[in-house]
Amino acid sequence: MQLTDLTMLELAEKLAAGQVSSVEATRACLERIQRVDPKIRAFLRVDEAGALAAAEASDARRKAGTPASRLDGVPVGLKDLFLTEGLETTAGSRVLEGFVPPLDATVVRLLREAGLPLLGKLNLDEFAMGSSNESSAYFPTHNPWDVTRTPGGSSGGSAAAVAAREVFGALGTDTGGSIRQPAAFTNTVGLKPTYGRVSRYGVIAYASSLDQPGPMTRTVSDAAALLQILAQHDPRDSTSAPVTTPDYSAELEQGVRGLKLGVPREYFAQGMEEEVEASVRAALREYERQGATLVDVSLPHTQYALATYYLIAPAEASSNLARYDGVRYGLRAKDARGLKELYSLTRERGFGPEVKRRIMLGTYALSAGYYDAYYLRAQKVRTLIREDFTRVFKEVDALVAPISPVAPFKLGEKVDDPLSMYLMDVYTLPCNLAGVPGLSVPCGFTKAGLPVGLQVLGRPFDEALLLRIARAFEREHDFFRRLAPI
Amino acid sequence: MPVSDFQPVIGLEVHAQLLTQSKIFCGCSTAFGAEPNRNTCPVCLGMPGVLPVLNERVVDFAIRTGLALECRVNAKSVWSRKNYFYPDLPKGYQITQYDLPICEHGKLLIDTPQGEKLIRVRRIHMEEDAGKSVHDAGGGQSLVDLNRAGVPLLEIVSEPDLRDADEAVEYLKALRDVLVYLGVNDGNLDEGSFRCDANVSVMLKGSDTYGQRCELKNLNSFRFVKQAIEYEISRQVDVIESGGKVDQETRLWDVNKGVSRSMRSKEDAHDYRYFPEPDLPPLHVTTEVIEAVGHTLPELPRAKLQRFVSQYGLPVYDARILTAERPLADFFEACAERYPDAKKLANWFLGELLRLLKEEGSTVTSVRFTPAQLAELLGAVDQGTVSANAGKDVLAEMFRTGRSAPDIIAEKGLAQVSDTGAIEAVVDDILAKNAGEIEKYRAGKKQVFGFFVGQVMRAMKGKGNPALVNELLKKKLGD
Repeated sequence: MQLTDLTMLELAEKLAAGQVSSVEATRACLERIQRVDPKIRAFLRVDEAGALAAAEASDARRKAGTPASRLDGVPVGLKDLFLTEGLETTAGSRVLEGFVPPLDATVVRLLREAGLPLLGKLNLDEFAMGSSNESSAYFPTHNPWDVTRTPGGSSGGSAAAVAAREVFGALGTDTGGSIRQPAAFTNTVGLKPTYGRVSRYGVIAYASSLDQPGPMTRTVSDAAALLQILAQHDPRDSTSAPVTTPDYSAELEQGVRGLKLGVPREYFAQGMEEEVEASVRAALREYERQGATLVDVSLPHTQYALATYYLIAPAEASSNLARYDGVRYGLRAKDARGLKELYSLTRERGFGPEVKRRIMLGTYALSAGYYDAYYLRAQKVRTLIREDFTRVFKEVDALVAPISPVAPFKLGEKVDDPLSMYLMDVYTLPCNLAGVPGLSVPCGFTKAGLPVGLQVLGRPFDEALLLRIARAFEREHDFFRRLAPI
Repeated sequence: MPVSDFQPVIGLEVHAQLLTQSKIFCGCSTAFGAEPNRNTCPVCLGMPGVLPVLNERVVDFAIRTGLALECRVNAKSVWSRKNYFYPDLPKGYQITQYDLPICEHGKLLIDTPQGEKLIRVRRIHMEEDAGKSVHDAGGGQSLVDLNRAGVPLLEIVSEPDLRDADEAVEYLKALRDVLVYLGVNDGNLDEGSFRCDANVSVMLKGSDTYGQRCELKNLNSFRFVKQAIEYEISRQVDVIESGGKVDQETRLWDVNKGVSRSMRSKEDAHDYRYFPEPDLPPLHVTTEVIEAVGHTLPELPRAKLQRFVSQYGLPVYDARILTAERPLADFFEACAERYPDAKKLANWFLGELLRLLKEEGSTVTSVRFTPAQLAELLGAVDQGTVSANAGKDVLAEMFRTGRSAPDIIAEKGLAQVSDTGAIEAVVDDILAKNAGEIEKYRAGKKQVFGFFVGQVMRAMKGKGNPALVNELLKKKLGD
């Protein structure tokens, strides 16, 4: 067994016991990155010096008996959407090539303060717009379980790096499924917290009312430990909820006996791959076996989630991305003559086709004469979707459902068909629109050896229960012990 | 049809910079005149990933203004994004309030030749200012200064209740006085901290449908407001007279040429794509907060003016000048507490103090003497210790040095001579030297009396008590 095969908490135990140093663990990651990343291409940027310096500082704290946190010294990676002071941050876009932020995102600061060495910046769909990592302006990331396939997106780099054991854990962001779907595609755990649970300050915005950062790890217990560091009220983010942070690990092992788990019938629609559905159904039976009650429930507005999402998210994105104008930072079309040309050439060259598509969609949805029919109506439907969840959560403790209707697909397979790509997110979007927490936990493999994920959705700020439900499944299976063949 | 057949209709939008220490959504200083781009941070520079956090002081100022203008303060108001591209707008959108502003349905009284008139205030909302573009930077380059980006503004929108340029100016002055009294704005049009756009249309008198309106921009003095509105009224009348139609457009006032020119037609108008700002939750204001702010409201200019008239018995003219600025009014009242003759006090303020302030280019807040010292001087004049004329010199010296009146009178020997014997000796001497003039006087040439007074005063170096000099001369000349 290699050092990098350990989970975060296993490594943390060894660090605490002095059996291994953070520098050793960090070097092991760096070596593994060097060896496997040419095949995976999860990293946009490796910060060897920064990570090793942090590891040395961590070892000194451990030696002095004053670790900064339970995970002090455990190296992790960051989706390249998180601002890192002094380290280039691109959002996977040409428009931010060479952009070196003057500040750390709040969650990056929290990780540094907790002593976690940051190995570098991970690939993503450009501005987190995509479900396959193929819209990255730099290169697509490959799935460690089958390098001809996508690791999902938009946090595909984070998921792939975790699955390939290049990092012990990573941060992703989830606007419509961008943490959960890549986690499902790579046999890893991904948690999208309640909107407002984790600070968005310093996280490059895609759709502000939907974006939420969260942990991506190999185990549920790791996700709980990492969320413990991230979930802090942040006065710099006005949408950050001023709520206290529970101990996410305290009730992890309490099982599901007596819990009522809703099975939303709209999440088992036609078009789902048989093997995916079989894995998810098997997981549901497992919960029943463990003493949970499965309840058939309906979230009737689910069918409108996709249309709603593709009005609200692009509308906000069209405004959020207006700042990339070539005036202050990032790419500038230096050959432009006049202001209008500066704008059009910079944005023409800086943005890829998917980003342009969404900017145009959003601009249209907000335009005079169309606002009421599109954006305003989408907001009303969003309320209905939220009410669906509020209603079922009066009846059940959480929901269990598939993450993606399909297993990881081939790179290149859907690039030219944006609509079928959008449809991949049909089971993950409602969670963001409702602002509730959602989690993806490995629940099996297809015959071809491709991972399948199970989604657990819960009440606002009920992350601890989601983790407990996921852990109950994980405990009885060895999926997380299976390592990607890379 | 002559111009007099047309009825102008005017509505004003005022942008007032708020006197907060820091910007509306970040901690940067709002100080004017700093080195370009010095007062900036990642938030007001519109860096990727950063988020706005509302400066609560701005809300407080907005509520103050709303209450002073008798608005309804909304329990819930909503932030919106106004989207447009411009280099001095770092995020590509301005955070403002659109559908639901913080204050609505207010009013402001103004004076017109026909008497008091009520102008309705449609709404007041909070927003962030943009930066500044400098286009004549040389080499065909434009420069951007973002010090002003994120400075808090109140936009105060009137209903189209104004009927001519004078009313518009009157409204602006009254509004500015209120804002300055409240301490929310410095009222400075030159530096652009109090800016005005005017919406102007004309309709035939007696009509009940407004004409097509044009928006006038760049009106950065009261004079330009008046000129631009008058120009616009006659321009629109000309268009209609010559059989044309007024087009909806935005026009820019050219200060040098004294004309306005079209800046944007309706077709070119921006589609701002307003939508609720997802980075800021809706703003909730409780009744308790509104009441608490209400308790801190100062007396407003109009109420103070009326009180100066009734309490001090001053003419409206005097009261208006004395209440034009709150510090001057406060200083006057502090003096009036110590000196009972308010009218006489007002004369000294209007005649002497304001002149001295103007000469020095300073305001009443920098006056070096105390109200008690001024009362002391005026008392000395009343008692004849010093003549009214010499008193003015004493005041000037007090103004310069802050020293007390008795000190200055003593040092400069300005004390008035009221000793009858001493004055009589001088009078006798003058009369003895001017027998010829006495003849003329007695022959009926009464103006010669002034000559004698002048001679006596000159001989006494101006210190003779004028009343006594007069009295003794008359007695000696046998009147």
